[in-house]
This record gives sequence, structure tokens and C-alpha cells, in this order.
Amino acid sequence: MARFGMVIDTVRCVGCMDCVVACKTENQVPEGFNRDWIAYDVKGTFPTLHMESRSERCNHCDNPPCVSCCPTSASHVHDVGGVVLVDYDKCIGCKGCVASCPYGARFIHPDGYADKCTFCIHRVEQGLQPACVAVCPTHCMHFGDLDDPNSDVSRLLASRNHHTLLPEAGTKPRIFYLT
Amino acid sequence: MSELNRRKFLKISAATVTVASGAAAFAKSPAAQTAPAKRAAKGVQRIPTYCDICFWKCGAIASVRDGVLWKVEGNPADPLSRGRLCPRGTGGVGAHFDPDRLKRPLIRRSDRGREVWAEVSWDEAFAYIANKMHAIKATYGPESVAMFAHGIGGNFLKHTLKAYGATNFAAPSFAQCRGPRDVGFKLTFGEDVGSPERTDIKNAQCLVLIGSHLGENMHNTQVQEFAEAVGHGATIIVADPRFSVAASKAKYYLPIKPGTDLALVLAWMNVIVAEGLYDKEYVAKYGFGFEQFAASIATYTPEWAYPETGIEPDIIRATAREMAKHKPATLVHPGRHAAWYGDDSQRSRAVALLNALLGSWGRKGGFYAPVSMSVPGYPYPAYPTSTKPKVDNPDGRYPFAHEAITTGIREATITGEPYPVKGWFVYATNLIHALPNEAETIKAIQNLDLLVVVDVIPSEIAGWADVVLPESVYLERYDDLNVEWFREPFVALRQPVVDAPDEQKPNWWMAKKLAETLGLAHYYPWKDIEEYLGHRLAGAGLSFDELKQKGIIPGAPQPIFFDEGAPAEFATPSGKIEFYSLQLQTAGFDPVPVYTRPAEPPPGAFRLISGRSPVHTFSRTQSNRVLSDMMDENEVWINADMARRMDLRSGDYVRLKNQDAVVSNRVRVKATERIRPDCVFMVHGFGHTSRGLKHAYQKGASDAHLITRYATDPLMGGTGMNVNFVTIEPEAAHG
Repeated sequence: MARFGMVIDTVRCVGCMDCVVACKTENQVPEGFNRDWIAYDVKGTFPTLHMESRSERCNHCDNPPCVSCCPTSASHVHDVGGVVLVDYDKCIGCKGCVASCPYGARFIHPDGYADKCTFCIHRVEQGLQPACVAVCPTHCMHFGDLDDPNSDVSRLLASRNHHTLLPEAGTKPRIFYLT
Repeated sequence: MSELNRRKFLKISAATVTVASGAAAFAKSPAAQTAPAKRAAKGVQRIPTYCDICFWKCGAIASVRDGVLWKVEGNPADPLSRGRLCPRGTGGVGAHFDPDRLKRPLIRRSDRGREVWAEVSWDEAFAYIANKMHAIKATYGPESVAMFAHGIGGNFLKHTLKAYGATNFAAPSFAQCRGPRDVGFKLTFGEDVGSPERTDIKNAQCLVLIGSHLGENMHNTQVQEFAEAVGHGATIIVADPRFSVAASKAKYYLPIKPGTDLALVLAWMNVIVAEGLYDKEYVAKYGFGFEQFAASIATYTPEWAYPETGIEPDIIRATAREMAKHKPATLVHPGRHAAWYGDDSQRSRAVALLNALLGSWGRKGGFYAPVSMSVPGYPYPAYPTSTKPKVDNPDGRYPFAHEAITTGIREATITGEPYPVKGWFVYATNLIHALPNEAETIKAIQNLDLLVVVDVIPSEIAGWADVVLPESVYLERYDDLNVEWFREPFVALRQPVVDAPDEQKPNWWMAKKLAETLGLAHYYPWKDIEEYLGHRLAGAGLSFDELKQKGIIPGAPQPIFFDEGAPAEFATPSGKIEFYSLQLQTAGFDPVPVYTRPAEPPPGAFRLISGRSPVHTFSRTQSNRVLSDMMDENEVWINADMARRMDLRSGDYVRLKNQDAVVSNRVRVKATERIRPDCVFMVHGFGHTSRGLKHAYQKGASDAHLITRYATDPLMGGTGMNVNFVTIEPEAAHG
């Protein structure tokens, strides 16, 4: 069975937010909320600086605290690709998952349920890339099966230096950043 | 649609996706509720068109779900977007749904600028305009009606005004933006850089950016190619007072003192000539006046440039050698917004000369020769001829201006010389934000008998208009064909995807109706734009139906580099690349660029510089709810150490006060390591004062408002705008 993940090349990323806009229109994310965002990580003092630009979202963790803390099983691991999803009918909007996520990836939709990135599973199941990956003008984003050694994502991870966000949280995130 | 269905939206089945409401995301927007239109076909329709959120004109495919606009994506057949739009294009749906849009024609019922209007019918609006135009023509002549336009949408209105007898047409894209660059390159190579720029970024092995912040400045193809160049390991060299996103990709970041770029470029050329690193064969074959040029730059050593620029001589030498190592695939990017300091065409000429030394013009990894398709224009009757000169550049005061100067028309409107200008048409350009010194613009407006503004939103310039004509947004209209000059020839179609929500109309319809009202119907022999487009395409042997289906029709590839057979011709007086310019010398200017030290900010003041965000275009997208959700207001970037000394923290509100005591709207501080301590930076386009822009009203500050001073380029009349100094005042002082 596939284990979906993302590999994002921070060397190419310019932080233009196209991924955020594409997600918003594809998934009709309401005004005032976004399922993904850009982080700029600046180190050093002027003019000796290093900056990493990154597109961030739900990490679809192998060990997802949002799923284990959910009292209604609304937050669950989907049987396709192990994607972490929310069943909006089961969600009671208790915000436990929002608090448990170390990445700040979740928000309460104005209609009362927890919402976040779905890896555009509705597109993936049609053979398309997630909207953010498909739109990226810098081609810095890659999506695929981390368990398939021949996938684009696996080959990139095998050949390039990379890191994850907050590995110390123990969540085993599935979004990797190439450096 | 039931609540239940919407809550099930993310239950991950493709079937549920197709029933999710297109209007749901924009539930706060009243327009979204009314938008489902007559053509409410069920399911998803995909319609190709080309974008208008900026001027790049990327090919797009819009998806309409159950009659409601859903999303806009890149057209894979389009060479500009290469299947991927930029964030602004992706957010183009927000232009259609923007509840602050102009809805009906308006006629002013108050003093100018007070924004008190009466809604009128289109016929009333045209009758009002035509009466005024007849009166202006009778008293002053038709040349006294001028037009300012931005973008391809202005073509038909220009045609109507030319038929009326108008001769004065200008766009801020020349004197306020790329004009100095184009003049500098034309003086050197005989041709300008064009738009889209003829830069072969993707094949560059070394890319030099001087103040150009690609990635933040989101010109789609260029940014895509920039990422490609970074991805294949090209050496990036960035000179910028601000640590831009591009700087974060650079092997060499040069934190240059603002206003001294010409000193750096001269020193680079000095090293390349002194060390014999230039492309000798290329220079010998194509160059004119190299020996005199070399003598002219002999004193501009890196040691000379160090105190000017703040860049150490070792770094200047190392970067010059790096450029030479990769020649001719070294591209010293010409930039786009080049109107900075008033010596901009000479600085741009120096950039052109550096490229000439590296042999990059006409070479892979440098500059290609753009190609185009032949699509004949529509055969119209001849326009009336005029014996009067154009007003923007009297007596050729700016001898190398090869396009009209907006600020020249403005000046003539104020002075009445060489003759009065009494009418302005303004199409899709917000002159209050685009031109420097707002007070001069308003003074000129007060001399007008007629100001007509065509726009999609109630921009600041619309607030000053006598008549406001609401245009449909690009997703709701046809426009003229885009017969682009690019790497490969192609023609692109803009066609309507959804209906306009209110009484907005396309520019071609307005232009035709106005012509008819003016008694100029014979200039519009076509019945509607489809007939016009069909006629033009038939003239080129192309199928309108095919273009409607595909959005893009490619032409046959042609050589674009000298090595491939593109002609190595230079339309200069010598027919060569002019290292030494006799035409500049004859006109009384420096034949080789000469550096002049810029004025320093007074103690306690900062130089104000501005730039772009990837999610906004000029001052025209801040009310687009999708894009404003990405960036709602701008910030003033202040060096972190300076901010600490001034007890300012990120997020604090301040006001900027310039040398002429003009105070900005309140703006948030961004205290950052990413900028020099002697300047502050803002993204252009914010700080709206038009009350009709309800969402964007007074969010952030306007750089244009603070640009009361400008330095005029003596070669071409460009307005250098980075010559203003500001102090920072805590917001509390203004209560």
C-alpha cells in the first residue's frame, strides 16, 4: 500500500504563495483561512544571512497526535496512501486536534468542523497531483509514494540532503524539505 | 445545496467534489451569490483564455462548475505560463467575485475628488462624454484629448480616440518603469529588451540581478526560468540593498548602498577590460568604439568603487571574474522597473555594455532575438492627420524618448503649453499610484474639462473622474489577440468564461459605442468583436474555432540566437554595438556612462525604496479577496538593529514622513536583518484612499504618496523615484 508524502525543494522555492492560492481556489477554503502557508527561516545578521523559503501544511504524520486525541474518530488515517483526513460529519469541533498539532496545521472551519490539508486526495484519486504541486511555478514540490523506491520523492530523498519540521515532536512527519 | 452535502465535501470521493458549491468559499461576497449566470450548465467546463492580472498575458484555462467560476490554471500549450500560472493569476477568480467592483456607469455630482456620483445608463454616459469631446474639439482641437492606458485592453479605446483625432497617448510603463532600461539598451544594441523580456534565464550559467527581485517580482516565465537556473546550479550574483528572496539563492550577495549601482557596473567592466576577460572575438566583430570606451572606464577601479558602493574590491573582482568565466552564458539582467535615480538610462546602458563585453546579446544563456507570428490588423479607414506636435516631449527636450512620456502630458495639462490639454481618458492605470507627485496629478486634473476613467474597481484615479465606466474583468470578456514576441511565435485568445455580474461591459463594446455616439461609426465596420477577431485570424490563415478550443495556436519555430542563424544586426547609427555612442555625444550627453554620487539621506532619515510582492499587481489587486488573504497590507522593512535603537518592534504601527512633510497612512513595522540600515522598503500599491475600495481602504501605506520628489532622466524623461527620504514616527504621535 502506498504511503503518500511530499518532498519540497527549498533551493528552488521562492515563497511566492502560489501553492496557498491554488489550494484556496481548488478546495474553496473560506476567506480568512488557509490550509497551507509559507515560512521564511532567516538566520544570521545583515549582510551575512541564510534564508530558507518553505511551503508548509499538515505533515500527514506517521504518528499523528490529531488522530489519537480525537474523541469521535473524525480525524483518521485514510486507507489510500495513509493520508490524515477529517470526517466532517463526525467532527464536533472540540479543537483537541487543533491544540495537539505541533505544526499549527488545523483550523476550525466557519461551518464548525476541523479542517486542514487533504493532500488533495480527491485529485490524487483521479490521477492528478495535489493542486499546490501542480501549480508551483518553480517546480519545487513533489508528491508521491515514499514506500516506492522508484518514485520521484524517494529518489530525491536518496540523493539530496533533507530535513523535516520538529522531528523532536515524534510525529514522524511525511513532508521533507530538500536543502 | 444542503449543509449536509457541504460537510461531506472532504469525504474524499471524486463524486462529492463535483457537487461542492463554487460559491461556498466566497460566502462573504455578495457577488458570489448573484454570479451563477444564464449559462449555468451542469458539471465542469474548462475554457481557455489569457490572464490580465498583470501584463504578462499568460495562457490560462478557467474552470466553471455548475455555471459558477471555480478556478483558473495555466494552459500547458502556452509558452508563457508553461501550464502554471503565478499566484496572482491563480487568484484571478477573486477579480470576478470582488464585491467592491464598479457595477454601473457613474457621472460625478460633486466637486472633483469627493466621490459623489450618480449612477447613469450607458447611453447617458456616452452622450455626456461625446458632448464634452465635441466641445473640446471645437475650442482646442482633438489633440487636446489625451489618453493614459495600461495593457492590451486599451487598444480599442485608442482606436476610437485616434479616429476622433487624438494624438497624445502614453503609458506609465515607459517613463515610470521600464523606459530607462529600454533606452539604455536601444542606444547600445539598437533594440530594446521588450516585454516579455528577451532574457534566456533558463540557459544562463551565471545570472546577475541588480535590484531586480525575481521571485517577489512575479513575472511568471522569468521566475520559472530563474528557478530552473537555480536548480541546475547557475551562479547567482545579487546586488540589492535588501536581502531579497533572489539574494537568498545567490552565491554572492552584494549589499550595495542604494543609488550606487552604476559605480558597481563600471567597476565590473573595469576589471573585465583590465584583466582582458571580455569576449574579444565578439567585441572585435560587433563592437564600435571599444578603445575609447576602455579609456573612459580606466579610472573606475574596484578600489574607487569601494567607498561609493560599500562593496569590497576583492568581491567586485571575484564577481567580475565569475561573470567572465561563464561568458557568453552570463546574463546581467536588465531589470524592469528601472526609474530609480534620474540617471537610469545611463545605468541601464552600462548594464547593456557589461553584457556586450560578455558577448551575451544574441547568445544562449544571454539574450535571444524574439520572434512573432504575422497576424494582419483589421483594415480600418485612415485616421485624421494632425499638424500639431505631441505635448509630452516638446521640441524633443528628451531626445532619446522613443515612447510618449506620461508626466510630459501631465505637465502640458498644468501649463497649457505647447497647447492646452482638456480631456483625459484613463484606461486600467491608477495614475494616483503610478505617477510620482500626486499633487501635480491633481493640479493637472483640475485643468480638465473631461476626465473619463475606465476600470474594474473604484481606484483612486476613478475617484477624480467626471465619468467612470465599469469594465468587465478579463474572465468576462473578449479582448484583442495577443500576438506575442517571444522565444517561439504564437497567438493567444482572451474569451469570456463567465458573465459579468452587473452592468459592466468590455472595453471593445465601450469603444465602439463611444465611436458611434461621436459619429465615427464607420471606424467600426465590424458588428461585434467575434467578427473582428475572426477577420484578423482569417487574414493569418488561422481558425477562430480552433483558437477558441485551444486558447493558443503556435507558429513555426524560428532561430533566436546568432549561432542558430538569427541575424546579428544592430539598428544603431554605426550598425554595431555602440561601446562609444556618437549620438549621445552629439546630443550633449556622456558617450560612455559617467558616475555621479547620489545625495545622502539627512541624519535620522532613510531612503525610501519600494518593490513588488508576488501576490499583488500594482495598486489594482488589493481588493481581490483571494489575494488580500495572502497579503492584506504592506509593511515597512526596517533594519533590525535600527529598529531596536528606535524602540520599534515588528507589528508596531508607524507613519513615515518625507522631506516635504508629507505623512503616510499608518503602516506596520517589519524589523528585519534583511535590509541595510540606511533605507526602508515597502511593497508598492497599498494604502488605498478610495472609499469605494472598502476592503483595501487605508490598509498599509502608499509609497507613491511619499514620492513627492522625482529626478528626471535627461535622456528620456523617466522619473527616478528612489530619491525620497523619510523619517519614522510612532503611530501614537498621530493618535
